Amino acid sequence: MPDSNPDAAIVTRGLTRRFGERVAVDQLALEIPRGRVSGFLGPNGSGKSTTMRMLCGLLTPSAGEANVLGLSMPRDAETLRRRLGYMTQRFSLYEDLSVRENLEFLAAIHDLPRAAARTRVQALLAQFSLEPRAGQLAGTLSGGQRQRLALAGAILHEPELLVLDEPTSAVDPQSRRDFWEALFDLAERGVTILVSTHFMDEAERCHELAILDRGRLVAAGAPRRLLAELEGRVVELESAEPRAARAQLEREPAVRSAAQLGGRLRALVDPALAEPARALEAALAARGIAARAQLAAPSLEDVFVAATRERGDAR
Amino acid sequence: MRAFSLRRVGAVAKKELLHLRRDRLTGGMIAGIPLMMTLLFGYAINQDIRHLRAGVADLSGTQRGRWLAADAQATQVVDLVHRANSARELEALLAKGEISVGLLIPPDLEERLVRRDRPAAQLLVDGGDPIVLGAARALTQLPAPGRDLARAAPAPLFELRAFYNPERRSAVHIVPGICGVILALTMVLFTAIAIVRERERGNLELLITTPVRSGELMLGKILPYVVIGYVQISLILGLGVLLFDLPIRGPLLDFYAAAGAFVVASLALGLLISTVAESQFQAFQMTFTSFLPQIMLSGYMFPFDGMPRPAQWLAEIFPLTHFLRIVRGIVLRGATLGDVAGELWPLALFFGVTLTFAALRFQKRLD
Repeated sequence: MPDSNPDAAIVTRGLTRRFGERVAVDQLALEIPRGRVSGFLGPNGSGKSTTMRMLCGLLTPSAGEANVLGLSMPRDAETLRRRLGYMTQRFSLYEDLSVRENLEFLAAIHDLPRAAARTRVQALLAQFSLEPRAGQLAGTLSGGQRQRLALAGAILHEPELLVLDEPTSAVDPQSRRDFWEALFDLAERGVTILVSTHFMDEAERCHELAILDRGRLVAAGAPRRLLAELEGRVVELESAEPRAARAQLEREPAVRSAAQLGGRLRALVDPALAEPARALEAALAARGIAARAQLAAPSLEDVFVAATRERGDAR
Repeated sequence: MRAFSLRRVGAVAKKELLHLRRDRLTGGMIAGIPLMMTLLFGYAINQDIRHLRAGVADLSGTQRGRWLAADAQATQVVDLVHRANSARELEALLAKGEISVGLLIPPDLEERLVRRDRPAAQLLVDGGDPIVLGAARALTQLPAPGRDLARAAPAPLFELRAFYNPERRSAVHIVPGICGVILALTMVLFTAIAIVRERERGNLELLITTPVRSGELMLGKILPYVVIGYVQISLILGLGVLLFDLPIRGPLLDFYAAAGAFVVASLALGLLISTVAESQFQAFQMTFTSFLPQIMLSGYMFPFDGMPRPAQWLAEIFPLTHFLRIVRGIVLRGATLGDVAGELWPLALFFGVTLTFAALRFQKRLD
């Protein structure tokens, strides 16, 4: 595959993976820019992990092409391995080895000379505040500490590309924030980062976002742009009868989705609907439900719902 | 709630059956192991010893000497496959493990048969194996050769000379065998769970994204256990010498060198299992499936010569078969590395083929 875009770290065309009858990844066309933090957003089973595994050369695509750092996957997987850091969804370092032993093992596997390995491990321990834990068994670390250790292990050989599969799913909010700070530090130093998540707040931090649903790419772009596209389509309603109001909204043809948030309702409407706040108020009033509506700022959850629902309609 | 609910028992039992149905290998083994093992052992194991490899040195050169040899052959207990020209030559064949019984017919056979005051001939037996010893004892009941010499005891026809274990202590036979049996189990088991464990714990997904090659991984997994294997060998032999007066007749260094071939062959078998098994449980099962035929057919439990040919061919594949010959040869009979060279190349071949298969089977992929 030609380098259609020299700035792209990853380019895929028609990338497909089937497991028996099930299509886990369906004709994915991606372009992931270099030196930025790109996110895969999608629910469980949307094909995030499968795509990442194909990009890392761990799974053979059923069809299509994947070009990673100018290398064709899975043919050049062995070459890529020296330039790639991969952090699995499940903690995959050795729980019965200490923090330092884990890192030293990885350093040796990556063929770092002894002296360089020692310096590198020491630097990583300091960078990720793991020095006091260096002698502790990895299995006894907290969720956040494990995550830091796993990240340290993934970048030990200074890879150009870092692939992180739901790295923060078992981590408290403070550790998540710290973890993302570390990711941006790496991106600033030119590392391309591809991270999957199902947290909206994390997705919002990414430079670029690709939204996956049932194996397909349903939306892609900078979060800010994706949000801007939904401007004027999100309505927030307040009603004394939120359950009834929600049920009625679901029946409105112009309403894509309606969700209850405590006493309020949030509705995503068809782009063709003019004056959406007034229109929804009127529609509810016609059924005898009093409600006050106003336009609200779109969230990434709305972007996600819009992307997945609209595709569902198109079918 | 009732204190004891049959419905709950039933639910647990049904769930257990569902597990077995999902685990196709285990399910298959439920029927496969008894079927395979019963057929194999029922067919191969023969406690009624026949066809022990034997040699004859007929120093009498007489008609009666030939009759005596023919009578021994006719019992089918021994197969006279070697002819020797002297007692020493016969003993050498015994030491090399070429034969397990030697028939020594003295020059004065005729005279002995007539005078009847001492045994007419000698049976030299590898006393390292009590079953062989027992079978040879049956030969001493043979009548004298030729109808004209209806012998009335006192003296039996043969004098039995048990080599290598003159006191006929079973520890001398058992301890070297135990050494092989223990290694055949532990060595295979150690490496059988080695890769499965990494897969089960999720380490493998990380490991295969690193530049480590499958050959490097395989060798690295084997190396520590070679050392452990030698520690086990030393422990068992040390105990044998200290507690059971096990004689070590051959050069110890030769034995250690030859044992290394057995250790790495067993470790490679474990690795192959590890690349096939999907769980540690399956790895355990496969290890025992490989272990049982080894102890039954290797000559540890039943004499190798008593088995039908196809079973012998099968047993020639097993590392334990060759190790038993090595350990009995060097430790009990004082053989050297050169004497057991014939057992080394099958072990080397087994190691090479098995490790290659393991490395080929181990894909740095998840599909």
